[in-house]
Amino acid sequence: MGFLYILPAFALYGLFVLLPALDGAWISLFDWDGVTLAHWVGLGNYADALADGLVQQAFFHAFVLIVFYALAPVCLGLLVTAALSRHPIRGLTAVRTIVFLPQVLAAVVIGVAWQWMYDPQGPVNAALSALGLDGFTRAWLGDFGVALPAVGIIGTWVTTGLCAVLFIAGVQQIPMDRYDAARVDGAGAVREFFAVTLPGLRNEIVVALLLTVVAALRVFDVIFVTTKGGPGTETYVPTLLIYKRAFVSGEVGSAAAIATILTGLVLLVSVGIRRLEEPADT
Amino acid sequence: MITSRAERTLNYAVALLFVVLSIAPLAGVLLAALHPPGALLSGISLPETLSLETFAAAWERGSFTTLMTSSLIVSGAVVLLTTLTSIPAGYAFGVIRFPFSNVLFYVLIAGIIIPFEAVIVPLYYSFRALGLTNTYWALILPQAGLQVCFGTFWMRAFFRAAPLELIEAARIDGATTWQVLWRVLVPIARPAVFTLIVLVFTWSWNDFLLALVMISDEGHRTAPLGLSVFKSRYGLDVPQVSAAAILVALPILILYVIAQRQFIRGVLSGSIKA
Repeated sequence: MGFLYILPAFALYGLFVLLPALDGAWISLFDWDGVTLAHWVGLGNYADALADGLVQQAFFHAFVLIVFYALAPVCLGLLVTAALSRHPIRGLTAVRTIVFLPQVLAAVVIGVAWQWMYDPQGPVNAALSALGLDGFTRAWLGDFGVALPAVGIIGTWVTTGLCAVLFIAGVQQIPMDRYDAARVDGAGAVREFFAVTLPGLRNEIVVALLLTVVAALRVFDVIFVTTKGGPGTETYVPTLLIYKRAFVSGEVGSAAAIATILTGLVLLVSVGIRRLEEPADT
Repeated sequence: MITSRAERTLNYAVALLFVVLSIAPLAGVLLAALHPPGALLSGISLPETLSLETFAAAWERGSFTTLMTSSLIVSGAVVLLTTLTSIPAGYAFGVIRFPFSNVLFYVLIAGIIIPFEAVIVPLYYSFRALGLTNTYWALILPQAGLQVCFGTFWMRAFFRAAPLELIEAARIDGATTWQVLWRVLVPIARPAVFTLIVLVFTWSWNDFLLALVMISDEGHRTAPLGLSVFKSRYGLDVPQVSAAAILVALPILILYVIAQRQFIRGVLSGSIKA
């Protein structure tokens, strides 16, 4: 009886997500250029991928991006939350609306906006010059060594608002008497934050990490629009490699193998982060 | 609460700093787009005259009438398909008891986490084999397949919280399971459905990868894909590319202004319960 109600949803999900995901794991066992006949190579594509310097580099970059997409935004989000939860703030709703805005914009639009920010003639360099820091100006996205952190900062900009809004909502769930107790004990702003706010936000922090770490591992649009992996291979990430191998250089089996590794990694990381959650009813 | 004047000032300063940093890149493109097409910009410069001619030029050159139409067709269809399939599925998982419902629910939820970037490769080759690339279906069906996971999850959460007495009262009046859903529950679920529509429309509108892979024909390009093509063609013309970016974002910005509460509540409660 219930089956009939879920049938249409499962038909869509099964045909266009689940089956292709399994199909991808199957394709990854073949050497295939997308056109001619495929040859069975077993786990050969996986062995090649693990030994491939570019694949290693791409995954390494994804882990570096976790710092910018997840760790920095969580810390910054906590900082804003600490500032906004000590006393009623006038215009809190407006602040929330504005810091959340990057969440709803298309990544392509964000890429265009930041490419101009980072342009040699753009606002970032202009601001540095205005502060007398001419020595730091550069072509941010074209600079070896700086391009990856520069792309990472775009991620920080996007996800900080999400973390802040999550935490601000979470603070409102913390019972007031815990704050009162801390104040009676003479705790200042800093001690109150570490003794009450931070532990009270444990589950929100876990959720924020889950969302942002997965976002870091999956990043594609922003990199495709801004650097296309360059300069050199400085900003290559796994999804870009999947795209290039599957649709540009005709190494479909290899692309499918990288995709399967990425899926496994994302699922593993999600399960791992979930473990950090507080058990229910405590 | 007792907080010192100095601390209050500091807290407001932190809030202000975050607001400024959040807006800066968007203010940057807006400022750039207000310059005449082809103008060479340097740093933070204010336009001499205020005019929207760059937007008009970008609309013309980027064939935005076609782009916006494609995006509206695709996002509209995705919203319709996702909503109409998520409501009964969420109802089944939330209210009706049936065998394997837990396992099936977890299988469906996995779709929220599966990186779509990994599904795209086999999906493209299947659609090519069926001759469906360069059609709107190649965008609508996979997007709906993905969104239905969140949609079902979202509607289930609502139906589970719905008052049981209401369902039982309708049952006593002789309503069938199907009638309970559409006559009793859906009318009170209107705010939840509205939130779902807003979120699904936005995610669908913003999709880039699927369009990049599936669409090579100009007539079927969506707005974000069109922007990416526009940028690689006129990349050096900062005012025009900026104007094009704003045009792509505008429908979502308007939606956000109207429904920002729903946006934030939807993303928050969606992620916390997930």
